[in-house]
Amino acid sequence: MPANTVESRRTHSAGLFDIRNIIGALLTIYGVICLLMGLFGDPETDKTGGPNANLWSGLVMLVVGVAFIAWARLKPVKVPEVKE
Amino acid sequence: MTSPVVALAGDTIISAHPVDYLIVAIYFVFVIGIGVVARRQVSDSVDFFLSGRSLPAWVTGLAFISANLGAVEIMGMSANGAQFGLPAVHYFWIGAVPAMLFLGVVMMPFYYGSKVRSVPEFMLRRFGPGAHLVNAISFAVAQLLIAGINLYLLGSIIQALVGIPLWLSTIIAAAIVLSYITLGGLSAAIYNEVLQFFVIVAALTPLTWLGLKRVGGWDGLKQGITEGAQNKGVASAAEQLHSWPGTALTGFSSDILSVIGIVFGLGFVLSFGYWTTNFVEVQRAMATDSISSARKTPIIGAYPKIFIPFITILPGMIAAVLVPQIADFKAGQSVAGGAEGSITYNDALIYLMREVLPNGLLGVAITGLLAAFMAGMAANISAFNTVLSFDLWERYVVKDQSDDYYLRVGRLATVAATVIAIGTSLLASNFSNIMNYLQTLFGFFNAPLFATFILGMFWKRMTATAGWVGLVAGTLSAVAVAFLSEDAFGSVSLGVLPLSGQGASFVAAGTAFVVDVVLSIVVSMVTAPKPVEELRGLVYSETPKEDLVDEHEKTLPWFRRTIPLAVIAGVITIALNFAF
Repeated sequence: MPANTVESRRTHSAGLFDIRNIIGALLTIYGVICLLMGLFGDPETDKTGGPNANLWSGLVMLVVGVAFIAWARLKPVKVPEVKE
Repeated sequence: MTSPVVALAGDTIISAHPVDYLIVAIYFVFVIGIGVVARRQVSDSVDFFLSGRSLPAWVTGLAFISANLGAVEIMGMSANGAQFGLPAVHYFWIGAVPAMLFLGVVMMPFYYGSKVRSVPEFMLRRFGPGAHLVNAISFAVAQLLIAGINLYLLGSIIQALVGIPLWLSTIIAAAIVLSYITLGGLSAAIYNEVLQFFVIVAALTPLTWLGLKRVGGWDGLKQGITEGAQNKGVASAAEQLHSWPGTALTGFSSDILSVIGIVFGLGFVLSFGYWTTNFVEVQRAMATDSISSARKTPIIGAYPKIFIPFITILPGMIAAVLVPQIADFKAGQSVAGGAEGSITYNDALIYLMREVLPNGLLGVAITGLLAAFMAGMAANISAFNTVLSFDLWERYVVKDQSDDYYLRVGRLATVAATVIAIGTSLLASNFSNIMNYLQTLFGFFNAPLFATFILGMFWKRMTATAGWVGLVAGTLSAVAVAFLSEDAFGSVSLGVLPLSGQGASFVAAGTAFVVDVVLSIVVSMVTAPKPVEELRGLVYSETPKEDLVDEHEKTLPWFRRTIPLAVIAGVITIALNFAF
């Protein structure tokens, strides 16, 4: 344990307000919206040059978002830098 | 080209659908939510300004780079990409990464170990009140001017979106930024900066992918640029497709001078000055839990920085080939549209978004741009806030009041800064090229500061008088060069010196640096130095080695230590310079 770690264990970056949960939640929501647009909306292939951009970008955002939430769940941080 | 010329009355540049507005609205719900939550945790003024030193290195590392990924990076670099092509990468691989690594490896232990809250405070302890006052005032002014640039660009996005006049959208933008800074302070700012970074990457990556697909891949892009380069007044294809020697970027006719200008002016003076002394970014590293984390903050930030040109400069290059309006402007025509009524390179990114992104992704892109400008401006204002309340108000105006009092001063300063930024945004809107204006400002404020800083850190003989004399003379000489150049000051410049474009600001910065160093040495020789025992933690040779390292770092695996991380980033950057 580093000597200069603050004594009180505040839950400053823990729980729902862990930044990874916030990033994960936002990207997941955006991913779902874009995915739905890709599935049910106009793919506007004249703009994108072929690919269904909403579908693929939505999928990637969804995966990244879920990964962030999973990271926060698997390694919850209260005091950073102390990991076994 | 049959594409309709825009800017009819009541017409908007971007046609957003309800789903795009939904995506923007969700972001604001998150932003306000973070502000409200962070506010509940504000206990005293140190907590408000530095988040109580409790954040891990990867959060501050991303916040560090995000604070910089604002108006400059996104609009300025895509504009530079559209105009100059690949030489714009120098702003990243020469003009940012080396200085960020230097900051992490050499400078950060001093900032962190001496527990200063701002760079002006460091100046105070090394040189005394003279240099401190000069630096604090010039820093505060610089933040207000740069906040104006961010606000102007934020206002122009809102204008493109809803079609209201620029003055109205600027005031709306200012109100939005103000409401979220006052809710939560630095904690909220850091969290929002990290969040907007992911949104902007999520938007710019598909934009680049689709744009590249539409122009026919890298080969299609090269072909398009080569065809466009046949027009008069456009940089040759060879100049646009190779990063070196970058003569179009600097405006120098000689290859050798251009390389010297980029390496010394941009790479050394401007960039080291910016990254090592700009408290907007340094403040992020100070919010970490240990010296080790503080040092890793800029180094972790350097990794995304290496790859950001691929999603900022590349889309600019694509826009100049794919978007008819931008291509016509590049070919020398005057095209109606854009934020100012006629197209400039600054509009490249917005027009590319409109050209290739379907609704949905378009909303993500709009959100990313709004968020990036907000984050940039919020960072300027919170830095201004810190310097005004601690360095100017507490020290020179009203001393020895409670923490509560200075917290209130800080909040008032935030409001005042936002109002003043509306004024400075008018100033910014008078410059045809935002990047030139910004680099000129950096030359005035950061180049002399860096010269004084680096001398003071490594030369214990340097005196207090030399500290403030060097700063004042350096700034004045940079202003003089900009004033005498062709256009660094816009229409105010006299045109006595044959310098224009971004080369002029490189020369102004270089002049400031040299004048500052020479005068500091001369003045130091005739004035008395500070006693050596007062310089511990402030001058390299007087600081014991054990003060600069975190003994805990040895227990970390190699890939989480400062030096190996810095070396890897350095190697990648050098490789990229050879590849392009």
